[in-house]
Amino acid sequence: MSEFLQLDLPPLLAAMLAGGTCGLLGSFLVLRRESLLGDALSHAVLPGIVLGFALTGLRSAWPMLAGALVAALLATAAIAWVRRAARLDPGAATGLVFTGFFAAGLVLLEVTGARNADLDVDCVLFGQLETLVWLEARGPAALLDPAALAGLPRQLGLLAGVALAALLFVLGFWRTLRLIAFDPEFARSLGLRVGGWELALNLMIAAAAVAAFESVGSILTVALLVCPAVAMRLLTDRYGAQIWGGAALGAGLGAAGVLLAGPLPAALGAGVALNAAGLIGTLGGLAVAAALLLRRA
Amino acid sequence: MPDGAPLRTAAAAAPLAVEGLTVRYDGRPALSGVTWRAAPGLTAILGPNGAGKSTLLKAALGLVPAEGEARFFGQPLEAVRARVAYLPQRASVDWSFPASALDVVAMARLPRARWFGALPRREREAARAALAAVGLADLAERQIGRLSGGQQQRVFLARALAQEAELFLMDEPLAAVDAVTEETILAVLHGLVREGKSVLMVHHDLSLVQAHFDHVLILAGRLVAAGPVAEAFTDSAIAAAFGGLPGRGRGA
Repeated sequence: MSEFLQLDLPPLLAAMLAGGTCGLLGSFLVLRRESLLGDALSHAVLPGIVLGFALTGLRSAWPMLAGALVAALLATAAIAWVRRAARLDPGAATGLVFTGFFAAGLVLLEVTGARNADLDVDCVLFGQLETLVWLEARGPAALLDPAALAGLPRQLGLLAGVALAALLFVLGFWRTLRLIAFDPEFARSLGLRVGGWELALNLMIAAAAVAAFESVGSILTVALLVCPAVAMRLLTDRYGAQIWGGAALGAGLGAAGVLLAGPLPAALGAGVALNAAGLIGTLGGLAVAAALLLRRA
Repeated sequence: MPDGAPLRTAAAAAPLAVEGLTVRYDGRPALSGVTWRAAPGLTAILGPNGAGKSTLLKAALGLVPAEGEARFFGQPLEAVRARVAYLPQRASVDWSFPASALDVVAMARLPRARWFGALPRREREAARAALAAVGLADLAERQIGRLSGGQQQRVFLARALAQEAELFLMDEPLAAVDAVTEETILAVLHGLVREGKSVLMVHHDLSLVQAHFDHVLILAGRLVAAGPVAEAFTDSAIAAAFGGLPGRGRGA
C-alpha cells in the first residue's frame, strides 16, 4: 500500500489530471478545426518556461506558468501577424511560428544553463512521470496528514490548479464557447468579442499545456489535446458528450498508460518496462483508431 | 436615387443607411463607395458572383474591415444591436458540429440570457417557438448534420427569428433549397414585412424578384441601381450588373 502511494499514486494523479484537462480543452480546438494550434501552443510555451525558470532561478511552478502564458500570447500574436504580413494560410503560419518558438526555447535551454538544473531535452519531449514520487507517504494515513500531503510533488499542485480553472472556464462559459466554436461570425454579429474569447481559450490551453508538459512532456501533451477530442468527435454528435467524454477519455488514457506501463510488456513477454508517457501516446492513437472502427460498424 | 441624402437628418431613419462603404480584400476592392439607404420592407440585393453582396452585409455589421459609415435606424450598430438580426450563408459553418437544431436556434438568445449555467426555460421556449415558425418543431432535438440542406437553412432562419429584431440581414437564405423550404421561407419573410419589419436579403434567383420583393439593390462591385422593383429592376440595370446576360426572368 505505501509503495503504491509513494511510487504509483503521484504519476497516476499527474497523468489523469493532465489527460483530463487536455481532453477537456482539446474538444474546443477540434471543434474550431484548429487542432494544429494545440501543437503550436504546447510547443510555443517552451521559451517562456525556460526564461521563467532562468530569470527567477526558482523551481516553483509560477514563474514558469507566467513565462509560458506570455510566450503563448506572443505566439498567438505572431501567428496572426505572419498570416497577414505573408498572406499565408493559418496552418502554414501556425507551423512556422511554433517551430520557431520551440527552436528558440531549445536554444535558450542551452544558453541559460537551465539544462544543467533539471530541464533537459528528454524531459521536455517525454516528461518525467516516473520521477514523480511521494516519499512522505508511509501509509494510508498520509492521505489525511497535512505534513505528508505537503510533500506531494509540486507538479501536482499546478496540474490540479489548472484543471480546476479549466473546469470552471468550460462550465461557466458553456454556451458561449459552443457558439464561438460553431459560428464565430454570428457571435460577432451579436456583439461578442470573439477575438478576446479565442485568446482566453488559447491561454487556458497554454496553461494546460505547461502544467501537463512538466510531467508528461510536450509530445504527449499534443496527443492528449487532440486524441481524446478526435475520438469523441467520431463517436458522438452531442455537445455535452463531446466535451465531458473528451475529458474522461483523456483522464482514462493517462491512468491506463501509467498502470499498464509495467505489467503490459511483462504480459507480452518483453523483459523491459515501457515509458508511461510513450504508452499513453500509443493508447491515444489506438483510441482514435477504435473510435473510427466503432463508427464504421 | 436616394444617394447623397444626409444619413442623420432623415425624418424616419432608414433601417440601414451606408455611406461611401468600401471594402478591400488583399488590396483589391470588393466594394467601392456604396452609398445607399434601405427602404422599409423586403429588399433583394442582387448581382453576379463577386459583386460584393455578402460583403455589403458583413461590412455593415462590422464583420469585415471597411471604410465608410453604416447606420442602423439612424444610429451606430452598437446602439441598436438588439434590433438587427443576421443570417449568415449556410455554407459558412460546419454542420457536422455536435449541436441540435434547438441548440443552434437558442444561440440567438445568448445576449438575453445570463452567461452561466443552463439556458433559462423562457429563452428555450422562445427558441422552440422560432423553430415551430419555420415548420421544424418536430426536429428540435435532431443533430443539425442529420437535417436536409433546406431544413438546415430553415434552422438558420429560425435562429434569426429568435433574435426578435426589426431588421434582418440575410445572406442567400434561398440558395439551393427545396420547394417546401422556399415556400416556408418566403411566407416567413412576408409575415415579417406585414409586422412592419424589414428584410435585406442577398439573392440569386432573378425570377422571384418581381413577385416577392418591394425593392432591389443591384451591385457589381459598386452600386448599379437601387430603388423600388418597378423602377430599378430594369433590363439595362441587370445587363450592366451581369455583363449583358439576358437577365430578367432567368436564373442568375
